[in-house]
Amino acid sequence: MNGLRWRMAVIFVVLAACVAYSLPSLLGGSTLGGLLPDKRVSLGLDLQGGIHLTLGVEVQKAVSNSLAMTGQDVRRRALDEKVVVTRPRVLGESALEFVLPRAEQRDALEELLRRQFPQLAYDAPQAAEGGQLRYVLRFTPEEVRRLEDMAQDQALRTIRNRIDQFGVAEPDIRKQEGHRVQVQLPGISDPRRAVQLIGQTAHLEFHLVRDDIDPARPVLPAGLISLRYLDKTGEGAGARLVVEKDAMLTGEDVSDARPSFDQLNQPYVLLDFNSRGASLFDRLTSENVGRRMAIVLDGKIYSAPVIRERISGGRASISGSFTTAEAQDLAIVLRAGSLPAPVTVLEERTVGPSLGQESIDSGIHAAFVGAAAVVLFMAVYYGMSGIIADLMLCFTLLLILAGMAAFGATLTLPGIAGVVLTIGMAVDANVLIYERIREELHNGLTALAAVRAGFERATISITDSNLTTIIATVILYQFGTGPIRGFAVTLSLGILASMFTAIFVSRCIFEYWARRAGARGISI
Amino acid sequence: MGFAFIRHNTNYNFMGVRHYSYALSAALLLAGLCAIIFGSGLKMGIDFAGGAIVQVQFAQPVEDNALKKSMDVPELPGISTQRFGEGGRDYLLRFTADASTNASALRTSVAEALQKAFPDNRSTIERLEMVGPKVGGDLANKALEALYYAILLIAVYISGRFEQRWMAGAAMAAALWGGMYLLSFTGAGMGLLVCAALAVTLAVCWKLRLNYALGAIAGLLHDVGITIGLLAILGVDVDLNVVAALLTLIGYSLNDTIIVYDRLRENLRATPDLPLISIINAAVNQTLSRTILTSFTTFFATLALFVLGGGVIHDFALTMMIGVVVGTLSSIYVSSAILLALGDTALYVRAQEKEEYERPGEHGIV
Repeated sequence: MNGLRWRMAVIFVVLAACVAYSLPSLLGGSTLGGLLPDKRVSLGLDLQGGIHLTLGVEVQKAVSNSLAMTGQDVRRRALDEKVVVTRPRVLGESALEFVLPRAEQRDALEELLRRQFPQLAYDAPQAAEGGQLRYVLRFTPEEVRRLEDMAQDQALRTIRNRIDQFGVAEPDIRKQEGHRVQVQLPGISDPRRAVQLIGQTAHLEFHLVRDDIDPARPVLPAGLISLRYLDKTGEGAGARLVVEKDAMLTGEDVSDARPSFDQLNQPYVLLDFNSRGASLFDRLTSENVGRRMAIVLDGKIYSAPVIRERISGGRASISGSFTTAEAQDLAIVLRAGSLPAPVTVLEERTVGPSLGQESIDSGIHAAFVGAAAVVLFMAVYYGMSGIIADLMLCFTLLLILAGMAAFGATLTLPGIAGVVLTIGMAVDANVLIYERIREELHNGLTALAAVRAGFERATISITDSNLTTIIATVILYQFGTGPIRGFAVTLSLGILASMFTAIFVSRCIFEYWARRAGARGISI
Repeated sequence: MGFAFIRHNTNYNFMGVRHYSYALSAALLLAGLCAIIFGSGLKMGIDFAGGAIVQVQFAQPVEDNALKKSMDVPELPGISTQRFGEGGRDYLLRFTADASTNASALRTSVAEALQKAFPDNRSTIERLEMVGPKVGGDLANKALEALYYAILLIAVYISGRFEQRWMAGAAMAAALWGGMYLLSFTGAGMGLLVCAALAVTLAVCWKLRLNYALGAIAGLLHDVGITIGLLAILGVDVDLNVVAALLTLIGYSLNDTIIVYDRLRENLRATPDLPLISIINAAVNQTLSRTILTSFTTFFATLALFVLGGGVIHDFALTMMIGVVVGTLSSIYVSSAILLALGDTALYVRAQEKEEYERPGEHGIV
């Protein structure tokens, strides 16, 4: 029967999959005891209420902070090599200035800068009175970019941790161009609190570990607390450690952290302390060689390395069996403790839950009225064929719903508009086909021949015209923010679904029908 | 047999009256342009202009003036109010905002001002949107860019599909894309950049004799231009949703144009000896019932959105409604008319035949 049978089989499989994927969304999340896929359409912020934030990270602040730190570093290292420079000053936000009083030390200083501070660039020093040399240094553009990106990553990480701790279901936090962070918090009813929380700094602490005390003990001795490891780190995920309650050092004392590689090409994390941190760390390590020190962020242990020797000089390395990515992550987390740069709210959109419900109601109302009118019209205008087109419309809507559920897409208010628009435009393919069949019938073809010719000729036009709309929706998706993306998704799904139902499904039905009807002809 | 109230064998002389339609299009475009330049201009929503809107719902209806007066405090600059929906209980308040505006502080100020002015009428803030000037500028640029790229990609598709000149189309796109990329370093405004690029696209299409693409793009510019003009006359705030509607309208209008073009292509093959004007007329007549039916159902669906969809997508639906009408007209009187103005039957028949002898490998040379 010209492959009609297997085409019918395909249709039934698709239909069954559609029903399976759309039922959980319609039934409010029930999977009928695991029978159905556990996927459903989620609602956008504009429909379920929530808060959308775009935060600007003031990265130039992070760069100038880092510049000041590096300046102190340069001075200290220079002193180590018996080169005296004046206290560095940050000029504006991007330049560092200091004076070398003794010009004969120029070579020694520049050798030190070249060797230890390749991230700093400077012009030839200007001669000041009394044989002094005035240096103006800047970060190289790559270093500025690295620091800016680092500041953004750090802000994102800090924000994400905070939001996770706050307990928002399905938050969406992502980087955007121009050092911005976009945060979406569905279902938050108190935006003020959320904004305050996000703007706050994460807190980093260093605690000494008491390995002699079992973390499972119900009551711990005074001055000790039991902390849990962060779940995702390799060593002892989910396990607990007992540590001293008082932090030896905090994130305030860390000036920078970055991943690096040792001689064996093993990744480790390099920490820079500020001067207070350096002396505290010196004392802490010299007094506790052989003990473990827990690095704790927001009350969770990130790692607990053994102190192998006294560490002075304000630098520490955290080694372990890290992968490169883990070392990077740890470095990010360590930096996160030190508040990279202030964040400002550039965009805020808040929708109350009741308004969201109203939007859903009016959207569904509009969709229903639009669909009813189109369905009625098609049935009146095309008779039995119109009713087939109406069935195809239902199938299309089911496909959209199932597709959205399967891809985990988000339904937004413009997304509902996309569905309504699809209802209007989805019949287009059917209309094209029907008009063509009518024309072929007028030319004197039999029902079956007219159906075949009509479908064949109309398919080209349908594909051509729908592809251009798909182009428009792809661009919409690319450029759009959340709600607009939802619209692009439903509209393109709608177009694809209506092409499938019109070209493939309804063709099968028509061929079957024309065959059965024979000489009586079809109602079109 | 269902009804067929549009006869299948109509034979209207659409192209014969094209000059009247040109006049109508020109008048509409001019009216829109006048409204933008001499009138109040195109009103930008907060998405692009920056600012804040607060949607408030009252327990009992309030007076427009009383509401406006209540907001007359120094913390709330540049207030304008707009009634939202029916019953006078929902209002949209719009404020200006600068870089230092704090949404939380704004929320507090509005709530306090409302509490003071209407102590017995409970009000809730249903929605608050604050867009800083920087973000607004970026969004506007992205919207312009999106409109431009949509038009460009569509031009490539059409020249490939209808004139078998994928390479010419792709080369044009690559050149323009590179040009845009380079020009973006000069720091010229995005609006200027997009206008220049569109002019170049049209010129390139004309120079390369990509007439189908030229007709389609001219049709799209016509639709977008008239729709924006009418939005300016109606005083609609242009926001992200309106831009989404404009992009959808581009897709829709093109859909229509391509149906006509497709039929035209078929007729060129079937009757290569007729004058172009009759071939175009035949194509428009043959697709007339489909054009009317689809426009009708789409228009009705958007009308349902406009009336019942609620305030947030009101403007979206309005834009689409205008677009459906204008887009249907433009596929006949702009896109097809340009083909008629720029060539004759022989030219387009030749363009179609190209496919045959340019197939790679056919002449031994790949």
